[in-house]
Amino acid sequence: MVLKTEHLNYIYGAGTAFEKQALKDINLDIPENQFIGIIGHTGSGKSTLIQHLNGLIRATSGAIYADGKNIYEDGYDKKTLRSKVGLVFQYPEHQLFETDVFSDVCFGPKNLGLCTEEIEERAREALSQVGLDHSYYRKSPFELSGGQKRRVAIAGILAMHPDVLILDEPTAGLDPRGRDEILDQIEKLQKEQKITVLLVSHSMEDVANYVKRIIVMNKGQVLYDDVPSRVFEHYQELETVGLAAPQVTYVTQTLKSQGWDIDTSVTTIEEAKQAILKALNK
Amino acid sequence: MLRDITLGQYYPASSVLHRLDPRVKLVATLAFIVSLFAFGSVSSYFVATIALAVVIKLSRVPFRFITKGLKAIFILMLITVIFNLFLTPGTPVLEVWKFTITMEGIRTAAFMAIRLIYLIMGSSIMTLTTTPNDLTDGMEKGLGFLKVFHVPVHEIAMMMSIALRFIPILMDETDKIMKAQMARGADFESGNLIQKAKNMVPLLVPLFISAFRRANDLAMAMEARGYHGGEGRTKMHPLEYKKTDKTAYVILLMYLLLMFLTSRYVKIETWLGF
Repeated sequence: MVLKTEHLNYIYGAGTAFEKQALKDINLDIPENQFIGIIGHTGSGKSTLIQHLNGLIRATSGAIYADGKNIYEDGYDKKTLRSKVGLVFQYPEHQLFETDVFSDVCFGPKNLGLCTEEIEERAREALSQVGLDHSYYRKSPFELSGGQKRRVAIAGILAMHPDVLILDEPTAGLDPRGRDEILDQIEKLQKEQKITVLLVSHSMEDVANYVKRIIVMNKGQVLYDDVPSRVFEHYQELETVGLAAPQVTYVTQTLKSQGWDIDTSVTTIEEAKQAILKALNK
Repeated sequence: MLRDITLGQYYPASSVLHRLDPRVKLVATLAFIVSLFAFGSVSSYFVATIALAVVIKLSRVPFRFITKGLKAIFILMLITVIFNLFLTPGTPVLEVWKFTITMEGIRTAAFMAIRLIYLIMGSSIMTLTTTPNDLTDGMEKGLGFLKVFHVPVHEIAMMMSIALRFIPILMDETDKIMKAQMARGADFESGNLIQKAKNMVPLLVPLFISAFRRANDLAMAMEARGYHGGEGRTKMHPLEYKKTDKTAYVILLMYLLLMFLTSRYVKIETWLGF
């Protein structure tokens, strides 16, 4: 599914003392099979933006096209849109409610009106995609660890077979190992299923290692929308909006300013290592 | 619907009313409501209307915020008015089938409607100009004398302020969980009553769990900061009456006196002929 937003504006609490423009003129193209990172400081509008993409929030003005169809048109099937654009909220483990892990994952596909075999098949598949085997199926979600709960919640969305998977800060509150595991699994999933993944985060470091495109949000507007290396060239501007480039950017930029002939477009530690070795050998 | 109730929604602004001691506002609101019921005459309602208008002007809260709370009591008001209109015995004015509208009926119905509207508007002004924390502080201090009768004033005030504090949090939480379940295809609108109740499970279970989790965290945080009940607890900003507060009390007394005098001696009703 291809998503496209046109002049999207959203005003929060219109007509009250707390009126605030949360989104300002957002124009984005989200094609198929792309791993995208959405970065922004707290309150930059990134969470508001993603809730527009599956029709949970209605924009004050502007339009969103899903496969060319305007989702705000009368009679547009929002329920189908929501099954195609899977949204995993922040702290998704807080939304678990069933008595066991397996039934909770079944909730989404059940709402799609599938038959029992299909539902269970999808639940098993989704749980294996997040790395939980059948020994977890009958456990209560509340006996699991934080990271495991989160994976159950993500599986609940995956079981709906979305074309676009949006994850709002999927690593918030996890330890470094849990964070890497979840991000690795998401990357693997993206490659295998060829779906579009939007990863919302405030940590450049997290995103830089995985995504192919970064959308930087600031005060409800899109500040940059480009490949990671090009976005990180603006590392000084990023700092002024409360963000930072990955540490390797600082290392290579500092080396360059001290006269080394080094490629500064690297984004991961591995690439940086190669670039530094290359510069040393010159 | 929940958002229509203005009671308990603070409107930030800078006005004399906002800065007034919460105790003054509590007493004044109570006095205003009592005065509406105790002095029921056209002339005294005239005084009450002027007083209310002046207070609204002073509060610097947009008028539509004050009238917002009226929507919630509209049905109640309608029933009250209709009952009073048709069931009050007296001089008949109009007869419709088995029902008679009497002069007295019109009078009571009108008075009742005005009372209810003013009551809601008056208390809305108080809650719009006072933060929930100030309000409970005011209650705690104002009702402090009840401690003599072993009423746990501090505990009640603390519970109230925590409850008030949690209303927006739980509303946000409800909104969030609802959206999250809708993202999984949950449907909270269609179906019959039983179906609807069943559909609420994915919302209510996480909501209860989160309420308990928050309560637990809060209790822990309070204990970590040495909370041990009201005994010997001091305040960062103790409530003290200032000059404006005393002036406000004087104005309040003058208002009550005026209400009493007009209801007693200025009979606009007899001039108008009812």
